[in-house]
Amino acid sequence: MAQHPDLVEYCLRLADDQLVLGHRLSEWCGHAPTLEEDLALANMGLDLIGQAREIYGYAARIMRRGCSEDSLAYLRTERAYRNLLLVEHPNTDFAHTVVRQFYYAAFMTPYWNAMTASADDHLRAVAAKAEKELAYHLRHSAQWVIRLGDGTTESARRMRAAIANLHCYTGEMFEVGGMTRRLVDAGIAVSPERVRRAWDESVKSVFDEAGLMPPQAPIHMQTGGRAGLHTEHLGHLLSELQYLQRTYPGARW
Amino acid sequence: MNAPAADTAVEMATDSERVAELIRQIPDPEIPAVTIGDLGMVREVEIDPATRRARVMISPTYTGCPANSLILDSVRETLCRLGFEADVDKALFPPWSTDWISDAGRQKLRDAGIAPPVKGESRRALFARVPVACAHCGSEHTKQISEFGATPCKALYRCERCREPFEYFKCF
Repeated sequence: MAQHPDLVEYCLRLADDQLVLGHRLSEWCGHAPTLEEDLALANMGLDLIGQAREIYGYAARIMRRGCSEDSLAYLRTERAYRNLLLVEHPNTDFAHTVVRQFYYAAFMTPYWNAMTASADDHLRAVAAKAEKELAYHLRHSAQWVIRLGDGTTESARRMRAAIANLHCYTGEMFEVGGMTRRLVDAGIAVSPERVRRAWDESVKSVFDEAGLMPPQAPIHMQTGGRAGLHTEHLGHLLSELQYLQRTYPGARW
Repeated sequence: MNAPAADTAVEMATDSERVAELIRQIPDPEIPAVTIGDLGMVREVEIDPATRRARVMISPTYTGCPANSLILDSVRETLCRLGFEADVDKALFPPWSTDWISDAGRQKLRDAGIAPPVKGESRRALFARVPVACAHCGSEHTKQISEFGATPCKALYRCERCREPFEYFKCF
């Protein structure tokens, strides 16, 4: 069956977001503030990496020749990665991790929900599961936003700093280019514009309860991830993620 | 191994059913108290006794659950042992739901100290809470300790009545 020419690129965007954020969460393993939170972050990372595998595998089947989920994850360079700048942002501290997770989950929960009506069978199937998984991520991260924002002077200060640092990466989630437009017209992709309101409402209601505010002055939104123009952080992340396959090409165990 | 005689349609159907049952009896690697049949993960079992080919579709629970690939391997191994050429794959759609866990499976979970998921609650509002009955004493006076537990499918709870901690199989 002939696939839409933009489908692979779209899959890479979705899966790169999931893999990179999943890897970031895995970096907390053994370092989280409490044992329960260590499990939570690792579990959310597992969900995201599992979703990424489904989508990389699908893209690899479309691309055929010598391509696999592993080659897509381990053998592409930084400039070939299509993830959002938000998800590659370093963990920094627990507040940054929580805010990054909340921004992403507040966006992806309604996004996957809308994707359950996609014309693409595989994406629709992934969406039906991912939507439920992300709803847990959203709830969990939202609870932390409230607890920390409405917590101690120190926790609130760290949350405000995290919001100030990360908010400029949220605009990229809502960008719509020619490729997205073509896939939306084909009934395959979901336009991010459709989830704008849900995202705004989640952020507003949770921040209100937490006593936090998004930046009030207009800010310049950072962008470039979808075109492979990343912050300096992605290269370092990939050097760790890809180390084994780069050092011992084709290693299996 | 010797293939059982499959002369009539009835015997073939029985054979299919026997194979399907053996697959459903495979224990979950993370929660061995229940089988993958109890969890409702076995979707399709098609057996052709003549060619000794078997096609089985398994519904994964959580997308990233590390047990998924182990379960697919166990199914392949079981079919191999029965002398079948195995074609085992994941069926992502319709998505697995905790509502598919059988009543027998729910009881086995309870017996293992894991509170079974509340039925029909797989979709919830952001902060909605459902009462979870203690796996030990049945009291609904329980408190969530952690949203995420030792496996992707479980949360941690404590009973305020008997004071025992227990695991809860999350609604999904």
